Amino acid sequence: MTVSEPVSATRWLDQEDQKPLVQIKGVTKKYGDVTAVDNVDLDIYPGELFCLLGGSGCGKSTLLRMLAGFEELNSGTITIDGVDMSNVPAYERPTNMMFQSYALFPHMTVEKNVAFGLEQDNVPKRDLADRVHEILKLVELEDFKKRKPKQLSGGQRQRVALARALVKRPKLLLLDEPLAALDKKLRKQTQFELANIQEKVGVTFVVVTHDQEEAMTLASRMAVMDSGRFQQIGTPTEIYEFPETRFVADFIGTANIVEGRVIEEGADHLSVETEIGDVFIDHGHSVSAGSRVWIALRPEKIRLEKTDSPANSPNEVAGVIDDIGYLGETSLYKVRLENDQIIDVTAPNQSRPMNRSHRITWDDKVKISWDASSNMLLTS
Amino acid sequence: MYAKRSRFLTVMLTLGMAFFYIPMILLVVYSFNHSKLVPVWGGWSLRWYGELFQSEEVWSAVALSLQIAFVNATFATLLGTLAALAMVRFGRFRGRTLFGGMLVAPLVMPEVITGLSLLVFFISLNQFIGWPAERGFTTITLAHITFSLAYVAVTVQARLTGMGQTLEEAAADLGAKPLKVLTAITIPQLTPALISGWLLAFTLSLDDLVIASFVTGPGANTLPILIFSRIRLGLRPDINALATIMILVIAICVAIAAILMFRQHRADLRDQQMAGTKES
Amino acid sequence: MTETSEHIDTAPVPARRGIMRRVQDSWRQIITIIPFFYLLVFFLAPFFIVAKISLAELAIASPPFTSLIEWTDSGVMTIRLVFDNFIYIWEDSLYLDTYLNSLKISITSTVICLVFGYPIAYGIVRSGPVAKPILLFCIILPFWTSFLLRVYSWMGILADQGTINNLLIALGVIDEPIRMLYTEFAVYIGIVYTYMPFMILPLYANMEKLDGSLNEAAADLGSRPANTFFKVTLPLTIPGVVAGCLLVFIPATGEYVIPDLLGGGNVQMIGRVLFNEFSRNSDWPVAAAVAIVLLVLLVVPMMVFQNFQGKASEDQ
Repeated sequence: MTVSEPVSATRWLDQEDQKPLVQIKGVTKKYGDVTAVDNVDLDIYPGELFCLLGGSGCGKSTLLRMLAGFEELNSGTITIDGVDMSNVPAYERPTNMMFQSYALFPHMTVEKNVAFGLEQDNVPKRDLADRVHEILKLVELEDFKKRKPKQLSGGQRQRVALARALVKRPKLLLLDEPLAALDKKLRKQTQFELANIQEKVGVTFVVVTHDQEEAMTLASRMAVMDSGRFQQIGTPTEIYEFPETRFVADFIGTANIVEGRVIEEGADHLSVETEIGDVFIDHGHSVSAGSRVWIALRPEKIRLEKTDSPANSPNEVAGVIDDIGYLGETSLYKVRLENDQIIDVTAPNQSRPMNRSHRITWDDKVKISWDASSNMLLTS
Repeated sequence: MYAKRSRFLTVMLTLGMAFFYIPMILLVVYSFNHSKLVPVWGGWSLRWYGELFQSEEVWSAVALSLQIAFVNATFATLLGTLAALAMVRFGRFRGRTLFGGMLVAPLVMPEVITGLSLLVFFISLNQFIGWPAERGFTTITLAHITFSLAYVAVTVQARLTGMGQTLEEAAADLGAKPLKVLTAITIPQLTPALISGWLLAFTLSLDDLVIASFVTGPGANTLPILIFSRIRLGLRPDINALATIMILVIAICVAIAAILMFRQHRADLRDQQMAGTKES
Repeated sequence: MTETSEHIDTAPVPARRGIMRRVQDSWRQIITIIPFFYLLVFFLAPFFIVAKISLAELAIASPPFTSLIEWTDSGVMTIRLVFDNFIYIWEDSLYLDTYLNSLKISITSTVICLVFGYPIAYGIVRSGPVAKPILLFCIILPFWTSFLLRVYSWMGILADQGTINNLLIALGVIDEPIRMLYTEFAVYIGIVYTYMPFMILPLYANMEKLDGSLNEAAADLGSRPANTFFKVTLPLTIPGVVAGCLLVFIPATGEYVIPDLLGGGNVQMIGRVLFNEFSRNSDWPVAAAVAIVLLVLLVVPMMVFQNFQGKASEDQ
């Protein structure tokens, strides 16, 4: 990792002696000519809530299904708790999955759905009833145990699916887009519930999602996937604040990306000449002078000032307001620079726009500036 | 993919297909047998085809059957489509349950019962209003439409429910009057169902023996009636020849349909690809 | 359809109603009434006539026409005659045995079709994207070929001088041909052969709709494939099983052609008795009563089937 100072070291990373629960080594999966997962390595530690984030077709679901045992590997190994899973069928793996469609058995009641997995293990009757009761209490569905899936709302079904997967106390719980079928408000609420439940039961979660906000909220650690490979693995903060590639910078949140060339390289600073002007970075980076780089800037880290005076220092550029989007809590300003490039800037709407003269509006001449530490240097 | 066929299922599939197709293959092979005893091989020969083509009886039965099948299919498609529209698009109306029942019942009604009831119906109708004066083309066609329209209705109903009402509503929203909606949107959308419904009705009519036997009169022999009267007494090599020709005709029709469908499929793929490249 | 176009072209279009509902009521009525009327006349009315005849008395030595007229002239007498034909059927062991034999044959055939059809349908569902449409096509194809000729094809196979006997004798397995044609065995073969697609297709349609992830979920929860089949797949395909069984059982019970061609005179089934009764004996009242009894026997399964059809179309 190229991070100069660890922003939020997680407890898993602290414990260096801890053995990974899941070890994925050199795993490749091909469908005909298409490589869905391309030679991937990953360790997941006990107690983690690990998110696999990526667009559709990036291979995240395939990887999850390989963990569950629904897909065979073309090469590589998957080890769970020290046991090689190569010849272990899905029904003997210490994993349980929550399906995107929930895959609740439509002909069974909530209770029967949840009990199904325990019955397969021949759990004694009384014990079984207790555990079903306990887990339904956890997801607050005791009153619905006699209902069939059809008679439940989307949120309730989602919780039945979670309960059914959790009740077997798997070593690893796999969640395939667990919240995708819920509407936006319910999804946000459920995100926190899911994280709370995970903390309560202490089971390691692997969550597949295409929703970056969801991944950021849920994950203790996450991997950004594209074209069957990991682009970057790290905590949400690391991924957001210290992206390593243009793909990650652009995929997670929004970023203004400008191309440039390193003109001066020091131990604790860098100077880059870009298409929009000079940029000064206050931390070192292992790039040599003259090499091609990209600078990514988060819109919320750019300051906006209404002024006629020209830009005269690094990390400062003059422009004109091209468009404004009012988003309620913030506004998005599209600033057109002299080279016609558009830079997105967001600013909180801290006061209500009573006095129109103070407001920045269309065609205003502005200057944008940012801290030297806000520059995110990308080499690819 | 998880869905994999176990060895047991593969064995069952193979056995099933063998069970379905070996009899038909034998039927065709024996038609080229010179021997009069159908399953006793007497060398290759086209003898029975010759006899078949010289039979006046066969030709007139074929002609009658085709006429009935054509008229039946056309009327059954028309009536069946109207019935499906009524059932799917008109919501509740008085007698809907009875109507729905009468649309499904012919699908499962034993042919002997349908045939018998239509025969007594035609006879009593004749007693009261003097029509139909004699039984034959007309009575068989009317009888065939009765059950064919139920099959068409089921086919069209499925398509109507499947395609939903959004396009029709969109057309209405853009100012199309109801008849315009029907002709410009509903009917074109229904075309595949109408074609398969028509073909189904045509085949059902060509295939029917029992009902036609009941409601036919002297001299009006459809092809199944003719075939039945011959094979009732035992194996007939000329019937093998006839069967082979019928299978050949169907095979040609099926091949044409398959080629058309394949072309459509390829065109669809190309369209998709074009759409894809524009997007990215 | 076009001749009435003027009616609706000028129709005002009220908002908030389904598009077809906006069609003027008269237009809708015409569309509904034409097929409705056709079915009333050519499907329902004939049944009432059969029911009436079944309550009439046979006019001795008179053509069937007369018996009908005699009856219509004397409406009062019908009440007295109600039981005669039905009692006759009940008391004559020939009819009773024939009904029972028909049921035995159709039920057995249905079970055989289910036992073999289920794995075939399941095998198609589990086939790859290339094989699936081809296999499905192979199941549908027999629908387009002549039913009569498919039955006939078995005559050549099962005959004393037929394919099987010739083969077995040539191989030295047997010396004398085994009698297969014109036995009950041949009738079973014929019914299973003819009606198997009717079992497979509804089963296939049902299985194809099943969410594949249910099987995965079961496996994920520790269920072995066999257990998954009995606990998940089978219960969820019951609608297909019921539809398939009814589609075989109902027509097989009244089957005429197969017992006639493959059973000869040796296998009595009610459809055949009915057909012969009608065309040879001309004892219409008894034949009509036989038909009514058959209809009553089948009316419950037919209503169950109709119920299923209705539900299926609503689900869509």
